[in-house]
Amino acid sequence: MLKLYDIAVQSRLLLGTARYPSPAILAEAVRRSKTEIVTVSLRRETSGGKASGAFFELIRELGVRVLPNTAGCHSVQEAVLTAKMAREVFRTDWIKLEVIGHHDTLQPDVFGLVEAARILTGEGFQVFPYTTDDLVVAEKLLEAGCRVLMPWCAPIGSAMGPVNPMALRTFRAHFPDVPLIVDAGIGRPSHAAQVMELGYDAVLLNTAVAGAGDPASMAEAFALAIEAGRLAHSAVPLEPRDMAVPSTPVIGKAVFS
Amino acid sequence: MTFIINGEEQQVAAATLADLLSTLDYEGEWLATAVNGELVHREDRAGFTLGDRDRIEILSPMQGG
Repeated sequence: MLKLYDIAVQSRLLLGTARYPSPAILAEAVRRSKTEIVTVSLRRETSGGKASGAFFELIRELGVRVLPNTAGCHSVQEAVLTAKMAREVFRTDWIKLEVIGHHDTLQPDVFGLVEAARILTGEGFQVFPYTTDDLVVAEKLLEAGCRVLMPWCAPIGSAMGPVNPMALRTFRAHFPDVPLIVDAGIGRPSHAAQVMELGYDAVLLNTAVAGAGDPASMAEAFALAIEAGRLAHSAVPLEPRDMAVPSTPVIGKAVFS
Repeated sequence: MTFIINGEEQQVAAATLADLLSTLDYEGEWLATAVNGELVHREDRAGFTLGDRDRIEILSPMQGG
């Protein structure tokens, strides 16, 4: 069973809550995905709090664990303060840490990420860092106190799927005992199955589900793909070969000449 | 006094952070507050005295990925 900061979870799908056509469709997608963890954000409140209160209640009624994020933060200071404010609201030490370094690609600022992770773990947070597939950065994040790593497989919202499977394979091999969650870039259930077959522990998705024509059905499709990928990994898949190998035994084959 | 509330300058008659939230009709256990870049816990708002041109952030949950 997967453990994230000592919390055991059955589902290996973490689901974002943004961009759904309606709150009802979000709720249905969460239900059909069977996820136990959803990500949420914080933003400036301008209307007194009633609209955000309805969303807060919706999340609470879903009965799932909340992983707040620092999405949109571009500096260490912003990310750290947002994390503290998220803990105040959601009463959890979990934080999905994003420190964005580039406007167009939403690539993480990995230097700021490591610094913010160090500050937050020092204050008792349990950090889920959104990072690249860079091994050295990942080492620094572990040194900073992170016990989960969340490498991207492609830019956020791009739906490209794994653009560098070799890097993901290396990353997995380099950190065999760290829970690894692919966060960002997944577009289709087959992408999720692919990273699970590589041995990743879980997948974090948002746009691929919320932006689908039928988000609730897509949520279920992802759940099935993730389960299939996980099962395939544990069953030890064949490695590709350059040459053909007959599947039917040749011994005893009749010879007509 | 003049405050910078969520990035916008506003004139509000409020001595404490709790006064300010009440005057501006902010309410809900889901609100988080910070003043001048530091978190102010819910239970500390009533005793938190504001100063002129303090920068106040009031955040609430929203959809996120």
